[in-house]
Amino acid sequence: MSVQDTPAVVATDLGLSHPAGADASSGRPVRRLPVQREWPGWAILAAQIGILVGVIGLWETAATRGWIDAFFWSQPSSIFHTLTIFFTAGDAWTDIGFTFRSTIFGFLLGTAAGSLFGLSFWWSRNYAAILHPYIICFESIPKLALAPLVILVFGLGLASKVAIATALTLVVSTLTTYAGVKALDQDGERLFYSLGASRLQVFCKLVVPSCLPWIISVLRVNIGLALTGAIVGEFIASQHGLGRAILYAGQTYDIALVWVAVLALSTLAVIMYATVSWLERVLRKGVRQ
Amino acid sequence: MSSAPKLRIDNVSMTFKTPAGAFQALAPVTLAIPQGRFVSLIGPSGCGKSTIFNIVAGLLEPTAGRVLIDGVEATGTIGRVGYMLQKDLLLPWRSVLDNVILGMEIQGVPLRKARDRALPLLQRYGLSGFEHLYPNSLSGGMRQRAALLRTLLFDTDLILLDEPFGALDAQTKLQMQEWLMQLWGDFGKTVVFVTHDIDEAIFLSDEVHVMATRPGRVVETIPVSIERPRRRTSVLTPEFLATKERCLELLTTGAFPGPSSRRHDRREVA
Repeated sequence: MSVQDTPAVVATDLGLSHPAGADASSGRPVRRLPVQREWPGWAILAAQIGILVGVIGLWETAATRGWIDAFFWSQPSSIFHTLTIFFTAGDAWTDIGFTFRSTIFGFLLGTAAGSLFGLSFWWSRNYAAILHPYIICFESIPKLALAPLVILVFGLGLASKVAIATALTLVVSTLTTYAGVKALDQDGERLFYSLGASRLQVFCKLVVPSCLPWIISVLRVNIGLALTGAIVGEFIASQHGLGRAILYAGQTYDIALVWVAVLALSTLAVIMYATVSWLERVLRKGVRQ
Repeated sequence: MSSAPKLRIDNVSMTFKTPAGAFQALAPVTLAIPQGRFVSLIGPSGCGKSTIFNIVAGLLEPTAGRVLIDGVEATGTIGRVGYMLQKDLLLPWRSVLDNVILGMEIQGVPLRKARDRALPLLQRYGLSGFEHLYPNSLSGGMRQRAALLRTLLFDTDLILLDEPFGALDAQTKLQMQEWLMQLWGDFGKTVVFVTHDIDEAIFLSDEVHVMATRPGRVVETIPVSIERPRRRTSVLTPEFLATKERCLELLTTGAFPGPSSRRHDRREVA
């Protein structure tokens, strides 16, 4: 009989003396797995837009009411005004085109040359060993510090911007590709040689495809670096480009134009980044890794 | 030509230089393997089985001795034998079909022709429906099949298989052994097979060479005269058991070479 009674007793016990949700036998707190409820997509988007509108509204209010100095901070309304002028009457497209071209050329040149350079280390271990310290040196030099020199050598035009962008991307691509070469499975090479392959065949059919994922993995990093290189080149000396527009606007206290150029630059960066990310996905699918 | 064995390993020895001094991986080994035979090498880890394979495949220059294939000097030349390493080494960016034709492709056979030759074989030997898939969607057994077909399609009379089924589960392993027997019967190649598994060696082979370690050497050659075609139940015949007992004897005495032994003793024999 006492056995049958027990559940009732326990139930009462639970209800009375542990109302805060504790285990009757051990006194341990009872916890549920915390579950985060995800908001629907439109709610997230609404929140994102809300923040943007809020910040712009606050900025405009603060500037008109004199909470912040509109001379230094400018204000959304005058930025918008400058934006329309910049795109209708100004050099917007020339500047964007210039920065875009130096970035893309630098990106392509640096990535291609760096990848080939990195792959070339596979051909000779001696050559790789000799060059290795120099690569490390070149990596550790703050290359942007050399920008004034590059401008002197390559002139004020596109070439100097491309050169800086190339220098930044080249090293990253070289080192990453070299890492890929070093990570090659020795047994893969042994398989190829056991099938009577030549070195060129091993290179084309094994080394290059094996290193492709490594080469692709730096594309996104490189597009950012190339843009940085191009902008820094324009900062130092240039006749066109968004970097030059920012510098010029800053020096003439046209703060609204600074914001406009930064906005254009960010948009350009986002578009290029998205394109390269897409390219990376497509390539990755192509190489199946 | 018919008088010369398919493969002759003539007093081949291998000494590696290590920081600790010279290390003799292989004492002079002499083996003669006739055309069309299936021969196994078994022995403990570090007995130089893989070293022999690398030397025969031309990937390693022996310290002394010669390798003769069909009576012709072949020491240090590559591309004369089909060599399947322990890992399947399928290229992840190539379909199964394109992996299998790698050897032909390297030898300069036009892709079209190589694919035409490989396709019916893939279909006949259990890879039907997998031809255009990529290796990462294949099971371990299927990957080994593809790797083996790649070795066979390389079109050499002699193939070296280095523990091809070592990483497979017991069930798959048995299936693969029978599949290999079928292939061997169809293709009539000379096969040298390395394994840690005594049952596998005896079940598959005409001849088992038992090796010992430090230095690596062949201690005894045991002919297996169990009738072919062999069945799974062949492993229960007195003949099989006697052969297995002899192998075990040799391997267990070889595996514990006395108090002077230092490294390389970690892995078990079977």
